[in-house]
Amino acid sequence: MESLSNKKKVVDNRPLSLWERAYLPAIIRGMSITMKHYLFTKDVTIRYPEQKREFSENFRGMHSLKRDEEGRERCTACGLCALSCPAEAITMISAERQPGEETLYREEKYAAVYEINMLRCIFCGLCEEACPKEAIYLDGDIVPADYLRKDFIYGKDKLVEAPLNQ
Amino acid sequence: METADILIKFALIVIIFLISLVIAMYSTYAERKVAAFFQDRVGPNRAGPFGILQPLADGTKFFLKEEIIPANSNAFLFIVGPSLAILTACIGSAVIPWGETLTIGGRAIPLQVTDINVGILYIFGVVSLGVYGIMIGGWASNNKYSLLGAIRAASQNISYEIAMGLSIIALLMTTGTLSLKEIAEQQHGWHWNIVYQPLGFLIFLICAFAETNRAPFDLPECETELVGGYHTEYSSMKLGFYLFAEYINMFVSSAVMATLYFGGYNMPFIHHLGLSANLVTILGVVFLFAKIFAFIFFFMWVRWTIPRFRYDQLMDLGWKTLIPLAIANIILTGLWMTFIK
Repeated sequence: MESLSNKKKVVDNRPLSLWERAYLPAIIRGMSITMKHYLFTKDVTIRYPEQKREFSENFRGMHSLKRDEEGRERCTACGLCALSCPAEAITMISAERQPGEETLYREEKYAAVYEINMLRCIFCGLCEEACPKEAIYLDGDIVPADYLRKDFIYGKDKLVEAPLNQ
Repeated sequence: METADILIKFALIVIIFLISLVIAMYSTYAERKVAAFFQDRVGPNRAGPFGILQPLADGTKFFLKEEIIPANSNAFLFIVGPSLAILTACIGSAVIPWGETLTIGGRAIPLQVTDINVGILYIFGVVSLGVYGIMIGGWASNNKYSLLGAIRAASQNISYEIAMGLSIIALLMTTGTLSLKEIAEQQHGWHWNIVYQPLGFLIFLICAFAETNRAPFDLPECETELVGGYHTEYSSMKLGFYLFAEYINMFVSSAVMATLYFGGYNMPFIHHLGLSANLVTILGVVFLFAKIFAFIFFFMWVRWTIPRFRYDQLMDLGWKTLIPLAIANIILTGLWMTFIK
């Protein structure tokens, strides 16, 4: 078969010459190379919690439940996100909007409980695509680490956007 | 001996013991930092500023870990192994002259625990005892990897001790004494032994790497073949002792090399500056430690540059190269002393 690249290298099996067998010249060369790295090469480390690498524009991070222009929750608890979720990470309990709550919820039905299990979620973005109300987006940061499994089930307190006037 | 003398000696012993422990502690930190810089990384930087508290965190972790003694091991020897390793590592520093004599209140205090007239032999004795800690620990673990690591350590140490001893013989021919104090005194000014014994120093250096089980001769604990080598079965502070012993050994052998070949506490021109005797002595101690730290850095530099030797290459180098070279060095030194000096 023809070689796919031109990076061909002939293996050299000749016995080592006396110069090479003396080890020391090669060792000194190697040590000067490492010393160059020690003295002159700067590290490329990003010190993570303090410094962050910029995410790409279509990065999918933590979910947020959106509000509309008037600050009302957009979610109407239709369940399409839960249905579309391949990891079955989303659960919700719907409730009917009572008179006087029109400033809180946009539709007559809303999610009283909305939970996403972040250990199950695979951040595929299908809930985002399924949502007819543009209520859920994966536009947040990386989901932070925690100690207990129960703390990874995020409720509305963590998911809903901050109200407009605050 | 007066009570005051005994107290001074005791204080000196405690100080040297503490210094070697602290240096061993911070060698682990330095090793990680140096390795990181050689590999364009950052190294530990979370515990305290620049990660300066990292050794304390590591030590605490060692103490908190579960202590496991394998069911089919020899429990007594299993504990004796690391104890012996750390003991022999610590007593090696007893004969090293850390400086000249300090005069405080009319009392002359030599900065050396004891100046025995066979100082070098003592160090060799202690170093060769060190292999028992590894052997006993490896054997008592009742584990194939541990045993293989221990056997490797033993054969490696025995092979390289010969070349080391032979390289020292050439040095002793020129110095004419076994006392480390006298050897240090003879190297006053620029008369460092490295100038007279470059080949001997090279052989001694290579053997020192092998004796301390440091890369590129760290076959007894090579991870790729033997899991952890002789300390595969060890956990908690017993493992900590083995790792600690390696760093103390590194410190002691750096001190020995600085004393034997690099003038010990001597620094050229320091006596011509007209400083007081005590100040010169203290500066001498500082110089000695600077040389020791340079050697420790060199140990690390080599470790993070050179890949590990294969076992047969190691034996080849020891028996077929270093021993003949050391013998040739003795003959050359003899000829030089007879005809030129």
